[in-house]
Amino acid sequence: MSMTVVEKILAHASGQPAVKAGDVVEPKVDLAMSHENAALVINQFLEIYKGTPLEPKLWDAGKVAVIFDHRVPAESPKTASNQKKVREFVAAQLIGKFHDIRGDVGGICHQILPENGYVRPGSVVVGTDSHTTSHGALGAFAFGIGATEMASVWALGTVLNVEVPPTLKVVVKGRFKKFVGPKDLILHLIGRLTAQGANFKVLEFHGPAIDDMPTSGRLVLCNMAVEAGATAGIVPADAETERYLREEAGVTDPIELVKPDADAVYESVLEINVARLAPQVACPHTVDNVKPIDQVAGKKVHQIVIGSCTNGRLDDLAVAARILKGKKVALNTRMLVFPASGRIYRQALGKGYIGAFMQAGAVVMNPGCGPCLGVHEGALGDGEAALSTTNRNFKGRMGNPNSEVYLCSPAVAAASAITGVITDPRKGTQ
Amino acid sequence: MAKVIYKAGDDVSTDVIYPGRFMATVLPGETPQYAFADDAALNAKLRAKQIPPGSVLLGGRNFGCGSSREQAVSCLKGYELVIVARGFARIFLQNAINVGLRLIICPALEAAEGDELEFTPDAIINSNSGRSFPLEPMPKSRQAIIDAGGLVAYTRKRLLERAAV
Repeated sequence: MSMTVVEKILAHASGQPAVKAGDVVEPKVDLAMSHENAALVINQFLEIYKGTPLEPKLWDAGKVAVIFDHRVPAESPKTASNQKKVREFVAAQLIGKFHDIRGDVGGICHQILPENGYVRPGSVVVGTDSHTTSHGALGAFAFGIGATEMASVWALGTVLNVEVPPTLKVVVKGRFKKFVGPKDLILHLIGRLTAQGANFKVLEFHGPAIDDMPTSGRLVLCNMAVEAGATAGIVPADAETERYLREEAGVTDPIELVKPDADAVYESVLEINVARLAPQVACPHTVDNVKPIDQVAGKKVHQIVIGSCTNGRLDDLAVAARILKGKKVALNTRMLVFPASGRIYRQALGKGYIGAFMQAGAVVMNPGCGPCLGVHEGALGDGEAALSTTNRNFKGRMGNPNSEVYLCSPAVAAASAITGVITDPRKGTQ
Repeated sequence: MAKVIYKAGDDVSTDVIYPGRFMATVLPGETPQYAFADDAALNAKLRAKQIPPGSVLLGGRNFGCGSSREQAVSCLKGYELVIVARGFARIFLQNAINVGLRLIICPALEAAEGDELEFTPDAIINSNSGRSFPLEPMPKSRQAIIDAGGLVAYTRKRLLERAAV
């Protein structure tokens, strides 16, 4: 049939034997996720029903997820009131996949969905968050949409007029060196493609380095696919996907591993060998301004951030804790840690990572988006620079247009916390 | 004829168009005050309400990249601006079509702040230089939503059709 993974998923979801790039389809949605911006979705949803005899009702409350993560706990009365409005809607519409501000089941949406087994290979996932691309890590076609589009999905259960995107195949070979990993790979790839190089396209990841990569790493790649403009990133489901869903997400029902056809048609094929890849840093103020670490090493940073939907998972915290254990965060440098979910926070506590961070001088915050979107917690002063494991460094991203944000891996962030300047973890800490 | 009131560069992100710290404000009637909030001069220019509807904000390539926040679209729609760019990021483009912010894709356009532009169905003529620049058509999949007057109206129509079956 010559279909890519996304073409297969869209063919299935729109009830057609086959589709190809450029076709217009109306796929059924398997999971529709929103965070605090559900407040606007609710507004638009009610708007759709105005002047009709129909009762506003979700097409399928079991397929809707709402996760509070962007401003938790609420930073203002306005946010608290929005969250209250969403809570009332969730109760009235019987939304089951609701994750409130809690230490047991709460966390960042792009960790909550995978760790609870909400995302399955072959499914169509939409979210009112651009980093919804993350869920391609589990072999789903997952993409970000706006609030009005989500209101339409809530009403109809389909996404209207989707153009099947062309796919770029990315083949990743070689073995990562110590302290080099998925974050460095995706930053390097974004630097090569540019911030718009994959606009309206899918990045489909293949190759031995992907086969060997745990789901946590694949989530990093797919999370940041959108920073090259991609509609979605996707890793075709394999044995690791099944392992993750069974062992970590507790899924017991059947899983279908949807793979691309051997003769699938790709717009182009890109090969990357990671064997000689150095740690990468994205410099202000665009994510594609990527440099190998030796070109930026020594730059003074005032705030280190480890966490977020990109790099707040257990193995991210593990590598950072290993580097920081018994060391101290440099004077005049602040370090903030945001585990991606309550579950990860508790696991990190059990393994001693949280204690190691605090002993070193870091402040461990509750799971959430934190300073990444410049709302509350960890704003930067004028002229200050942050080094962060998050995914965006646009001007003003951390709340102050007169500051700078550099992006890196957890290993680089941890090594740099000790020195107070951007530091290569392969040299700086041994 | 429409005047270019501002010219931006490539990769203008939604963090620049509508900074994250104003995201608790969601209603389209309330978002325009925060448009380009971190660019004091541009924000003041917009808020002074001396810009005629249909004025042009010029972008480069990949305009609207980043977040899916719809406020980045509704805040510009509030001033009835037309956004002309060499290209748009996907979610921003779709949001604009869904809520009815007028976008024009003109990949080779050369124009400066203050220039007067004339729109024809398939080109932009820069009255200051006299040069004409071809438009890139909107994806055909989006036309039905534009024709219906936005996604709320289009979905309402679809919902009523389904209910009638």
